[in-house]
Amino acid sequence: MRRALGIVVAVAVFGLLALVPKISLDTHGVFSSELNSPGTLQLLGLMLVFGGVALTYDLLFGFTGLLSFGHALYFAVGVYLTAIGTTKWDWSLPKTLAFTALIGLLLPLLLGAVSLRVAGIAFAMVTLAFAEAGSILVDKNPHGWSGGEEGVAVAFQKLPESFVGVLNTKHLYWLALAYLIVVFVIVNWAVDSSPGRVWQAIRENERRVEVLGLQPFRFKLMAFVLSSFLATAGGVVYVLLIGGATPQVTTPSFTLALLLMVVIGGTGTRWGAVLGGAVYTFLDNRLLDWSDSQTIQDLPKALRIPLSEPLFVLGTLFVLLVYFLPGGLAGLARLRPRRGGVALLDEVAAAPGAAVEPEAERV
Amino acid sequence: MTEPAAPLLSVRDLHAYLGPSHVLQGISFDVPRGGVTALLGRNGVGKTTTIRSLMGLVRPRGSVVLDGAELSRLPTHKIVGRGVGYVPEDRDVFAGLTVRENLELAERNGSARYDLVYELFPELDERAEQKAGTLSGGQQQMVAIGRALLNENRILLVDEPTKGLAPLLVTEVARVLERVSETETMLLVEQNLGVVQRIARDAIVLDAGRVTYAGSTEALLSDPDRVRSLLGVAGGAH
Amino acid sequence: MDTFVLLTVTGLALGAMYFLIASGLSLIYGLMGVLNFAHGAFITVGTYATWWSESKLDAIGSDPLRFVVAAGFGLLCGAVLGALVEVVLIRPLYQRHIEQALVTVGLSLALIALVQGIWGPTERIYPTPKWMYETTSILGAQIPNDRFVEIAAAVVTLGALTAFLRYTRYGLIIRAGVENRAMVTALGIDVKKAFTLVFAIGGVAAALAGVLAGVYFGSVDPNQGTSLLIFAFIVTVIGGLGSIPGSAVAAVAVGLIQQYANYYASSGTGDLAVVLLLALTLLVKPGGLAPKVAH
Repeated sequence: MRRALGIVVAVAVFGLLALVPKISLDTHGVFSSELNSPGTLQLLGLMLVFGGVALTYDLLFGFTGLLSFGHALYFAVGVYLTAIGTTKWDWSLPKTLAFTALIGLLLPLLLGAVSLRVAGIAFAMVTLAFAEAGSILVDKNPHGWSGGEEGVAVAFQKLPESFVGVLNTKHLYWLALAYLIVVFVIVNWAVDSSPGRVWQAIRENERRVEVLGLQPFRFKLMAFVLSSFLATAGGVVYVLLIGGATPQVTTPSFTLALLLMVVIGGTGTRWGAVLGGAVYTFLDNRLLDWSDSQTIQDLPKALRIPLSEPLFVLGTLFVLLVYFLPGGLAGLARLRPRRGGVALLDEVAAAPGAAVEPEAERV
Repeated sequence: MTEPAAPLLSVRDLHAYLGPSHVLQGISFDVPRGGVTALLGRNGVGKTTTIRSLMGLVRPRGSVVLDGAELSRLPTHKIVGRGVGYVPEDRDVFAGLTVRENLELAERNGSARYDLVYELFPELDERAEQKAGTLSGGQQQMVAIGRALLNENRILLVDEPTKGLAPLLVTEVARVLERVSETETMLLVEQNLGVVQRIARDAIVLDAGRVTYAGSTEALLSDPDRVRSLLGVAGGAH
Repeated sequence: MDTFVLLTVTGLALGAMYFLIASGLSLIYGLMGVLNFAHGAFITVGTYATWWSESKLDAIGSDPLRFVVAAGFGLLCGAVLGALVEVVLIRPLYQRHIEQALVTVGLSLALIALVQGIWGPTERIYPTPKWMYETTSILGAQIPNDRFVEIAAAVVTLGALTAFLRYTRYGLIIRAGVENRAMVTALGIDVKKAFTLVFAIGGVAAALAGVLAGVYFGSVDPNQGTSLLIFAFIVTVIGGLGSIPGSAVAAVAVGLIQQYANYYASSGTGDLAVVLLLALTLLVKPGGLAPKVAH
C-alpha cells in the first residue's frame, strides 16, 4: 500500500516538474526571473541534476554505508570526457558518449577493486587520494586537454540542434529531469532488489553478512560501480547544461558538497538525497543574489557579512541540522521518529559486532 | 536477635540491552557487606553485562544503590569515584604504558596504597618500567588487580580473574583475592568453582537474564543436581 | 648538489607544517574518534589572527618582536577556538562520531566563509620579518631562513608534545585513552577534560602551522588552510591515526617526496606520488605505519 502511494506521489511530482517549462509564473524573487525563463530553467535543471547525483552518493553512503570522499572523481570524468572528446579529440557526440560510458564503467571497477580492500577511514582516505590524483591531473593539463584552470567549453557544433541556444534551455531542462527520473528509478529498483538488501545488511553489520556466506566485497564493488557510473552520467548532463568543464568539480570540496546534500536531505531514504541536492544547489546559487538585495545590504555589518557568504549560511545550516534534525529534511516528513539517516550509522558505528535487526519497514 | 546488616550494594530490577538484545531482564540482588559474593552462571548469560552495568559502561535501567547512594544515573568515572574498584574480564591493561604508569593512572586521590600492591605482587615493583604489553597473561592480571587495589574501595567488582591462567597462577590469584576480601567487599564473577568455593561466602546465579539463586555458596555447591541445573556443569566443586 | 640541498630543506620545512597539523589531527582522532575537518579552519584562523593583530601592533617598534607577539596572539586564538569547538559543538554529540565529523565539516565551511567575507578572497601580504627572507648558505645552497624557522618549530613542538605525553598526568591519560577510552573512565578519570585539552592542543599546533604557512607562502588567503589540510590528512593516515611519532615520520617522507618528485620529475608529479604513497600504504598496512590503536 505504501509502495503504491509512493509511486503515485513520484509520478505526480515528476509530471509536475515536466510541465514547468510551460508555466510562466512570477517567482517574486525566489528565482531571478519567471519560472520558465531560460535562466531559471537552467538553475532548475542544475537542481535536478544534483538531486540525481546526490542520490547516487546516497546509494554508496546512505544505503551501503560506504563513506567515500572521492565521488566527485566519477562525476568529473563525465564532465571532462564529454567536453574533451567533442573538442580536443574532435569526436562526434555519440562516439564521445560511448567512450565516456566505457570509462564510467571501467574506472570505478578498477579503482573500486583497489579501494575496497580496506574499510572505514582507510577506505575514505584512499577514495580521497584517487580523487585528489584526478584533480592534480586536470591541473597539470596534459597535452592541453583539460584546459587547466580555465577548463574546456563544450563544442556546440557537435551537439544536436535542439540542445543549443538559450531558447532551447527547456530541452536541457527536460534532459536533466529525464536523468533524475532514470537515476531515481534505477536506485529504487536496485535498493529493493536482492543485492540491494545485501547492501543495507552490509551497512548494518558487515560481519554478519560474511558469516552468512555472502562475500561483501562483491556487493560493495557492485554498489560502487553502479553509483559511480550514474554519477558519470550526471556529469555528462551537467556539462551540457552549463556548457563547459571547470576544475571545480574535481575538488574534494565538491565531494563534501555531495555529502552535505545527502545529509541535508536525509541519508538512506529514497528521495531525501534528491531533495537535499536540489535545496543545496538552490541555496548555493541564490544566496549570492539575495545577499545583494536591499534588505540584506541594510543590515548591520555583523549580520550582513556572514549572510553574504553562501557557504557560511550553508555550513551553519548544516551544523544546526546535524544537531536538531539528524534525519535531514526527509526526517521532517516522518511522523514517527525514524531509525535511519546519520543516526542509524552512528548506532552501528558505536556498537561494532553487536547484532542489529534490519528495519522491518521499508523506507 | 539482631537485625541483618543492610547490604552494601542493592540492585533492583536492572535491565540492560546490548543492541536490541535484552540481556538483563530485571535482575535484583544484594551484596552483603564484607567478604566475597560470587556471581555465577553459564557463558553468555549476562554476568559481565551485569558488572559493566554496575560500572556504568553499559547504560542500565533500574536501581543500583551503593551504601545508600543511587549509582545508576551516574557516568562511569563518578561511579568509580564513589569507591568502586574494577578488574575487567580481559584485564584491559594499557599495553603501551609501563607497569608503573598503569598503576599511576589508577591513582584517585593522595592515598595510593603502593605498599599493599607491591606486597601482594612484588613482581610489579621489579617490572615497573616494563611495557605492559610485553607482560605474560598472569602478570597482566596482577597489574589489573593491583591497580584496582591501589585505592581503598567500598566494593571491588572482579570479572573472571583466573580466566586463561595456568593452575599455579589460579591458586596465586585466589590467595590474593582471599587476603583482600578480609578487608574489602567483593563481587566476583568466576567460572572456576574451586575458587568460588574457597573464597566466596555467598553466591548469586544468573540464567536467561534473571536471578535463579541467591544464597550461601556452601548450600549451592554441596548439591550436585542443583549445580548441574543452574550452572550446567557436572558435579559440585572439587 | 645545491639544488638538492635546497629541495631537501624545503621538503623538511613543508613536512614540518604537515606534522604540526597532523599531530593535532592524530591525537584528536586517536583519543576521541573524531575526524576533525575544522582543523583547516584552525589553520586559517591562526594565519589571519597573526596577520590582523600584527597590523594593530604599531606600538612595538621592533619588526621581529612585533611578529612574535602577533604570532603569539594567533596561537592563543587557535587554542581558544579549539577548546570552544570541543565544548560547544563536539561534546554534546558524545560518542556519535559520524555526526561529530559532519559538524566539523559544516563549521569549517562556515568559518572559512566568514574569514572570506570579512577580509575578502584575495591574497594578503604577510608581515614576515625581513630576516626570514634573507638566505643562509648551507653546503653551497642559498636557503631562505624561514625554512629553518619552520623546521625548528616542528622539532620544538614534537619535543614538547612528546614530553607532555610522557611526563604529565594528562599526557598519561591521553596515551591511555588513545588505547582504550572506556577503561580510562573505569579508573575514575573524567576524560572530558582531556578531550578539551586535546582539541586545544590541536588548535594551537594548527594555528602555528598557519602562522608558518603565511611565512612560507609569503601571503595569506582563506583557502590556504584547506589545501594544507588534505596533505596533512594524508600524513596522519600514513603515519597511523593516534601516533605522534608516526605522523612525524610520515610528514618528513611526504614533504621530501613531494619536493623531489615535483622537481626531478615534473611539477605536480610530487603531489601524485604522495597520493600514490597513501594508497599503497593503506593497501599494505591499513592501520598506517604505527601499530594500530584500539578503539
